[in-house]
Amino acid sequence: MFEEKIKSIKGSAIPLKGDDIDTDQIVPARFLKEITFEKMGEYLFCDARIDDKGNHKSHPLNDKKYEEASFLIVGKNFGCGSSREHAPQAVKRYGIKAIIGESFAEIFAGNCKSLGVPTITVTKEEVDMLLKHTENHPETIYMLDLDNKVLKFSFNSISIQVPEEFRIAFIDGTWNATALLAANSDKVKETVSSLPYINNFQ
Amino acid sequence: MSKRTLYDKVWAKHKVATLPTGHDQLFIGLQYVHEVTSPPAFAGLREKGTKISYPERTFATVDHVIPTDDTSRPFKDKQAELMLSTLEKNVKDFDVTFFSPSSGKQGVVHIIGPEMGLTQPGMTIVCGDSHTCTHGAFGSLAFGIGTSEVQMVMETQTLAMKPFKVRQVNVKGPLKKGVCAKDIILKIIQLLGVKGGLGYAYEFTGTTIENLSMEDRLTICNMSIEAGARIGYINPDDTTFEYLRGREYAPKGEAFERAVEYWKSIASDKDAEYDDIVNIDANDIEPMVTWGITPGQVIGINENMPLINDLPEEDIKSAKEAYAYMKLEEGSPIKGVPVDVVFIGACTNGKLSDLKAAAEILDGKKVSKNIRLLVVPGSMKVKAEAEAEGLDRIFKAAGAEWREAGCSMCLAMNPDKLEGDQISASTSNRNFIGRQGSPSGRTLLLGPAMAAAAAVKGSIADAREFLA
Ligand code: SF4
Repeated sequence: MFEEKIKSIKGSAIPLKGDDIDTDQIVPARFLKEITFEKMGEYLFCDARIDDKGNHKSHPLNDKKYEEASFLIVGKNFGCGSSREHAPQAVKRYGIKAIIGESFAEIFAGNCKSLGVPTITVTKEEVDMLLKHTENHPETIYMLDLDNKVLKFSFNSISIQVPEEFRIAFIDGTWNATALLAANSDKVKETVSSLPYINNFQ
Repeated sequence: MSKRTLYDKVWAKHKVATLPTGHDQLFIGLQYVHEVTSPPAFAGLREKGTKISYPERTFATVDHVIPTDDTSRPFKDKQAELMLSTLEKNVKDFDVTFFSPSSGKQGVVHIIGPEMGLTQPGMTIVCGDSHTCTHGAFGSLAFGIGTSEVQMVMETQTLAMKPFKVRQVNVKGPLKKGVCAKDIILKIIQLLGVKGGLGYAYEFTGTTIENLSMEDRLTICNMSIEAGARIGYINPDDTTFEYLRGREYAPKGEAFERAVEYWKSIASDKDAEYDDIVNIDANDIEPMVTWGITPGQVIGINENMPLINDLPEEDIKSAKEAYAYMKLEEGSPIKGVPVDVVFIGACTNGKLSDLKAAAEILDGKKVSKNIRLLVVPGSMKVKAEAEAEGLDRIFKAAGAEWREAGCSMCLAMNPDKLEGDQISASTSNRNFIGRQGSPSGRTLLLGPAMAAAAAVKGSIADAREFLA
């Protein structure tokens, strides 16, 4: 009944330079009026990718060599701004399986966790190195190992940071709390029977 | 760690289990739903083929996108029409009570919950809306959640939560004449900062708070989130109980008396322990007005806007940004700043008592030329009550637009918007960049009487000068 266990993720990466990329850039506010998350993947960074006339701008997401990537490499404070869940939904539905960066906005990281998308922290120097390496060798396959807290690629290995409670949730497949919560439905009934306002204050 | 506070008691009563992740699983007594944040949650239920586990504990309304002038269907804005028709289908398919415009009970979610007696002391209450903290005015633990949590509550009627710390914010003494609830909470935000409440539940207490009406208490708790606190609450007392008596969803007859016993039992004990206590003297509070782009950038009506060099290091960057955006001059008085639009309404100040405070100023006066004044009741009920008291006639005679219930110009999801770099005096709760619908629109937050005074004067004014 729990979700998929996420112990390791393998794939190529998209280098995305810049700090303080906010949720408005990830998914512009006008898409908040959509009534499902279905199309969010198509809107990922759409203002940076597509101009007013519908033409593609130069952007790593428009670059064929980064197609089908599993990782997004980002800078500092990624996902800041509003708490909207459209942003992590867009990342996930685009096909990204994990984000590696210098730091993440807390709510964004929490929302990503609930969707099973690890947000992995490395040092600034390592981010710069990963960005450069990916640009020079877009075919690089990265291997994120959550069990051992390392990121491996092309004979390199760097240690990664991830909040321990998130890491355990990914490994155990309990990252979507709904499954955990639903497992306690009997205990919920007990709580309900003890709450005065649900029992006419008897 | 806090002990024997209302927070501790209500949390304990709703705690289902400790999860392996270390979080507490909390039962949610009431979920409010509106048209903007709920559609993906309902869509998620359909995707999974599940139902709402306790549909009788979920109530819906439409407020953010509804137009406040022409509410005939279909709405002119196709996206708004789609959102409302989606909600209509969702509440039908999932058996949720919906306070639709045709029921006569529609309104801003944080206004209708209290006025219908749904919001009660000792409950846990959520909504996919950050101003859910409003409902804490009744002594409940109420907080905003994200869309995936909305779906979680629909599926399990519970949430995984980390505990909060509790800060007692103690406001003592009589308020000066012309100072209102909005001024109290803006003062609190000025003193404790917009991030001061992160990780905290705020307990508002002290004689000043105790002497407030329920409607004023709602205004205080409404802006807890602007103080950084996801939860803000006030201990229930006789004012709370009398407000609830006879309301549609309040317990009836003997059950009401039993309810009062429960409600009294969950109030913080006299010897409760807090993680932090802050004392504020009501005598230090003046009518407040924001000058910047966060609710913490706020001063008393007779003060000058701060000089950048006088500010603490950490506030300088934001102040520079604020002055550039607001096109205001550091060191100059806030009084006399010309405005283009005045908005009286929102879940902060769209209640009957707020409209009365504004009407008192506007009675027999005219709105200054070139000023657009919108008065927007928070609910259909507030509208009807205001009209029964003749407030609408005062507003219209003064030259105001008297509108239908909704969020209106509090935010940009309906036709009521600022244009260009228009500057508004607004009784809403957020002055963020672009909040009122124009990317360069500017917002000054203040109380309802002060807003009315600005409308008459055409610029920021001290409402007390209008009261004989
Ligand atoms: S009135 Fe404003 S703050 Fe209140 S619920 Fe509506 S949009 Fe949100």
